[in-house]
Amino acid sequence: MLSVKDLRAEIDGKEILKGLSLDVPAGEVHAIMGPNGAGKSTLSYVLTGRQGYDVTAGSATLDGEDLLVLEPNERAAKGVFLSFQYPLEIPGVPALTFIRTALNAQRKARGEPEITAPEFLKLARAKAAELKIDFDMLKRALNVGFSGGEKKRMEILQMAMLSPRFLILDETDSGLDIDALRIVADGVNALRGPDRAMLVITHYQRLLDYIRPDRVHVLSAGRIVASGGPELALELERDGYDKYARAA
Amino acid sequence: MSVAEAIRERDAARLPGKRDEDWRWTDLRGLIRQVPPPSAEVDPAVVGAGPFDALTDERVVIVNGLGAVHIGVEPGEAKVVVLRHVSRGDGAHAARVSVEVEAGGRLTLLESYEGDAGGYLAQAGLLFSLGKDATLERVVLVSDGAEGVTVSQAEVELSPGAAFAQTVATSGARRQRIEVRVAHPGGHAGLRLDGVYILDGKRHADLTSVVTHAGVDGATDQLAKGVVRDQARAVFQGRIVVAEGADRTDARMGHHALILSDRAEVDAKPELEIYADDVACAHGNTVGALDEDALFYARQRGVPEPQARALLTEAFIGEVVDRIGHEPAREIVRAWVSERLGG
Repeated sequence: MLSVKDLRAEIDGKEILKGLSLDVPAGEVHAIMGPNGAGKSTLSYVLTGRQGYDVTAGSATLDGEDLLVLEPNERAAKGVFLSFQYPLEIPGVPALTFIRTALNAQRKARGEPEITAPEFLKLARAKAAELKIDFDMLKRALNVGFSGGEKKRMEILQMAMLSPRFLILDETDSGLDIDALRIVADGVNALRGPDRAMLVITHYQRLLDYIRPDRVHVLSAGRIVASGGPELALELERDGYDKYARAA
Repeated sequence: MSVAEAIRERDAARLPGKRDEDWRWTDLRGLIRQVPPPSAEVDPAVVGAGPFDALTDERVVIVNGLGAVHIGVEPGEAKVVVLRHVSRGDGAHAARVSVEVEAGGRLTLLESYEGDAGGYLAQAGLLFSLGKDATLERVVLVSDGAEGVTVSQAEVELSPGAAFAQTVATSGARRQRIEVRVAHPGGHAGLRLDGVYILDGKRHADLTSVVTHAGVDGATDQLAKGVVRDQARAVFQGRIVVAEGADRTDARMGHHALILSDRAEVDAKPELEIYADDVACAHGNTVGALDEDALFYARQRGVPEPQARALLTEAFIGEVVDRIGHEPAREIVRAWVSERLGG
């Protein structure tokens, strides 16, 4: 599925990723943990093609296909989805309109027919109910005036409707109370499957109680400095990142 | 200085220019050395259909500005009227329109300015008078040619309890000014003055308004938004004067523009002049580019860049369009906006 090799990337000439390598096979969920400033969000933006993040060396491929040469929307159509740490507000565009535009753009890029209005509404109602989102909220401008928790749920709703193959969750637990966290985790877990893979980026171990990873990686100073099973997350929670910060 | 006089007297010296404070961003004197001869007479039957024709059978068509026209609404009557200003060819023309809505009457005026490729100089002077509790919604679509020069000047006299709402949507012209001056008596009269401009090429549009609140308990709500591309230039001049004693006036003005190219320009002058003590007034003015973060967010969800830009820009303008009360007209304006942003 995702293969990242010796990836180096910089912002405004400052190198943030310093030779990062990572493999996430299909069917697996990998967690990336690390202290603030380690490059966690940079990794998610480099993989999705945000402007201003310049890759200077290395590669990132999805099922062997070079991601780095594709436009952000082309990567999305290939199935890459990023759940933003801070989802953007889109004034004037109802959530339903936004999601339908995105879904049809992805379908068009893949040579699939557009979804019909009744099919789309049926899908939206079902997914909103699963995520305990009031359907009327989807008629409002996307994320405008939504609480932090509501925005995160809207991210998961979009994820569920767009049905991506490779999911990146960037600090999805921030701003969520325990009940909302459980709903969001259920939504994410429902998407687990043999054809999908996920990268869960988090500062705290808490989220990993709900979304259980197959592998845990420690990102420090732009590199993966340790990898292990779920027990590594517990160790980090107990001992902190100090040891790895020094190692880097 | 009067554009109408300059045209009628064929005297370019009477055109307003950059020495006139109010016209410094829309200089006609410097642009027009000589007033063109009067426009040819054209049979209204040959100019084709206007944008709002399907919405009513009551239509007034002024081609090349000949003559004076009156539109009247009797007390308690409700009407939808189309008013078309059509410019054809290279000449100059000036028209006069008076609109009177008597007490309790209701008028929806669907107005359009339609130009061809000619280098015309057109002026329209409109006088609106609204009786007590009368309402008038004026929706104006301005589709001039790239070589045309158009000046539309409206004066509005409101009675207490009346409501005047206006939405102008324009794509500009070689030079163009859409102006409205409102005498606001207060007395719970309501006023909405909205505008949209979508300019490309070397087009110019100037939305100028002056509202004078003379009495207590008046409200004004103004929202203008625009998009400029290429080497286009937009001018927004909005002045609200609250006279001494016009207490409890509620006046709000917003102007927000997107500049989508380095060589496009927006000149904005929002002014609140307040001489009364007890008022609620606010204004906001922003000029900027499309939000790059929002753009990336839409692209990350799969929307290609041009489509993402159009989606966000349409939403930006949509806030103004949504305020049009007459639903079929609102949808015609929405489609007009969408067509101009898609290209």
